[in-house]
Amino acid sequence: MTVYILCFALLLVGIYGVLTKRDLIKIILSLGIMGYAVNLMIILFAYKKGAGFAIMLRDGINTNMVDPLPQALILTSIVIELGITAMLVALAIRLFQKYKTFDITKIRRLSG
Amino acid sequence: MILPFLIIIPLLAAFLISLISGEKDNWAIVLSILAVISLLALAIFSFFTTGNKTFVYEMSGWKIPLTICLVQDALSSFMLVIVNLIALTSLMFSVTYIRQHDSPWKYYALFMLLITGMNGVIATGDIFNLYVFMEIALFAAYALVAFGGKAEEYEASFKYAVMGSISSTLILLGVGILYASTSTLTMANIAAELQTKNPMVMYWVAAIFMAGFGLKSAIMPFHAWLPDAHSSAPAPISSMLSGVLIKALGIYAIIRIFYNIFGAPQIFLTIFMVLGSISIIVASYLAMGQWDLKRLLAYSSISQIGFILLGLGIGTKLAILGAVFHILNHAIFKSLLFYNAGAVEMALGTRDLRKMGNLRGAMPVTSGTSMIASLSVAGLPPFNGFFSKLIIIIAAVQSNNIIYAIIAVIGSLLTLAYFMKVQRYGFNGENKITELNQSISLGMKSAMIILAVLCVVASILIIPGIREVTLDPVVSVIMNKTAYIQSVIGR
Amino acid sequence: MKQFDGMTLIVKTITRISVWLILLYGIYIILHGHLSPGGGFAGGVIIALAFLNVMLAYGGDFIKHWVNIGFLHDIESSSAALFLAVGILGMATGGGFLANFISHGRLYHLLSAGTIPLFNIIISAKVSMGLFIVVWTLAVFHLDKGGEDK
Repeated sequence: MTVYILCFALLLVGIYGVLTKRDLIKIILSLGIMGYAVNLMIILFAYKKGAGFAIMLRDGINTNMVDPLPQALILTSIVIELGITAMLVALAIRLFQKYKTFDITKIRRLSG
Repeated sequence: MILPFLIIIPLLAAFLISLISGEKDNWAIVLSILAVISLLALAIFSFFTTGNKTFVYEMSGWKIPLTICLVQDALSSFMLVIVNLIALTSLMFSVTYIRQHDSPWKYYALFMLLITGMNGVIATGDIFNLYVFMEIALFAAYALVAFGGKAEEYEASFKYAVMGSISSTLILLGVGILYASTSTLTMANIAAELQTKNPMVMYWVAAIFMAGFGLKSAIMPFHAWLPDAHSSAPAPISSMLSGVLIKALGIYAIIRIFYNIFGAPQIFLTIFMVLGSISIIVASYLAMGQWDLKRLLAYSSISQIGFILLGLGIGTKLAILGAVFHILNHAIFKSLLFYNAGAVEMALGTRDLRKMGNLRGAMPVTSGTSMIASLSVAGLPPFNGFFSKLIIIIAAVQSNNIIYAIIAVIGSLLTLAYFMKVQRYGFNGENKITELNQSISLGMKSAMIILAVLCVVASILIIPGIREVTLDPVVSVIMNKTAYIQSVIGR
Repeated sequence: MKQFDGMTLIVKTITRISVWLILLYGIYIILHGHLSPGGGFAGGVIIALAFLNVMLAYGGDFIKHWVNIGFLHDIESSSAALFLAVGILGMATGGGFLANFISHGRLYHLLSAGTIPLFNIIISAKVSMGLFIVVWTLAVFHLDKGGEDK
């Protein structure tokens, strides 16, 4: 039970970072922390105490195995977050070219 | 079956466009128009052959609990027709519009990826597959909002990307919790298993999903990205985003999850009604004070999504009929309004309402279609907006929610007010404008005329003979959770 | 030969030896994807890192002389189209989309498990080329004048 609470605490650290930091790169890093926290929680849902790896041992099918489905799920999720992070970094470089700053309180031309 | 082709065709078109295009975009235009026309033909064919039946397609030849399944019932076919129709008109509009920017073939490849993502979200029956296709569509949307190269577009796209990533992380958390409690990912299996588990799981996951999908569909507390993103994007992308993306990713996912998986307990419906009415009133007030044309249209989108959510929250058969019909209507007239804004911006070079004047002589097609679209949004007969709003208000009165009916009426009056502002300042102003920067091409005019004709024609869907064929199966799919489970697993 | 800017001579010498070992390791992870952890995506990232190692040690302009970026772009797009073609082929020979239609072979052998090693190779080609082109484009983007986007 405590591992799930720690994963949730990591998610809250990520949300705190997105809300209060003023630098563009720190916001991107905090989004990454949030992604890691959710991936970790999904992997931890798949663990059984004292079970072996999935599906086949040397001489037959393993009957006491951890759940292999969340492992495939978080592989997909990690790839998606890699793409989103690449796009955010490209946007940050372009924003620096146009606004000459990384400070998010100064990038405020659209309002109202 | 035809369901996998709705995902294969645009994906193949996107990769082929990226492979064979050099500096000129002729092959890109030909490939994308061929792909979208075939998609629209497949969608209309599937809509007319589905009726009350349900088709399930399992991928890779495995059986249901072990594989990803694609489900085609009345709701999916209805949304597929809307998405592909607006995509075709948007493509017709953007052939000339994108030539202003450099490297237009990238636009067509990203556009095909956007259509892939939306078709995948609508057609799938597996909840993690919904998350993956939603991310594909959002990725293309973030890139397309920033396509122009101006400073405001990058700022708007960054805001949209950060907020979208937070909500996607929350949705993944909800999917993980659902998997942990029911140990299956197919939506029909989750619906069957969730009845035997602790109801606290359902409330917890519903709160997470309401925040996550609420941000995707721009409901009022989660709306802050929408005015920037929809006003900074190029005009055909604004119409795709505001016309179909917030409905396919947001409202459709909310309908599937809250009606077909959770079974719509009363507390969620009350929350929908409250959030919907807040959206209607506050967004209408914010729209009245805007002088930027596309920003006004973006706030109007938030207000109309509030109408749809109010109809979904009331929960009776008539209210859901009104909400579903309003999804179709809002896609048609909001896209038409964004095309008008794009045409005016291309012709005059500005989006500010105070700088426009009398455009009736110089741009007759644009002025006429914008008058038709404004009357449709405000809800005047015989256009389609009148019927859908009337049905929602009557359903609110019939189920003893008089306060919500009064709020809906006030919202309609405010909508009429700010669209008359658009007509007064934007198209019937003081100084008569005679010369334009660039003239509107034939593709743009024909896209606008098609949608204006559909504004009038779509109101025949409410006549009782035609309604049984087209809209009633959709409503019966939404309201009947056990029939959905039976038709997906029972075969 | 012109001296390209980048890192020091020690880094360049070690990179010249070790980048081929990194490529070999990546190919091993891809080909044994159905027998041990790894597969298409992990192997693709390792191959992209091998190319990026060369870019970091020798500078961004050296890559234009070493490989042809247009060719890598074509590999990426065509491998994605090939993925869809193999999927449609699975649909044409019975079964559903992305079905496993090649014979499954004997257990634990390298050439077994049907279409899965084929998909591993296709995915690794797309991931490695895509990741390398994205990071190279971001690295040679000049801030004083406009560069290329995406």
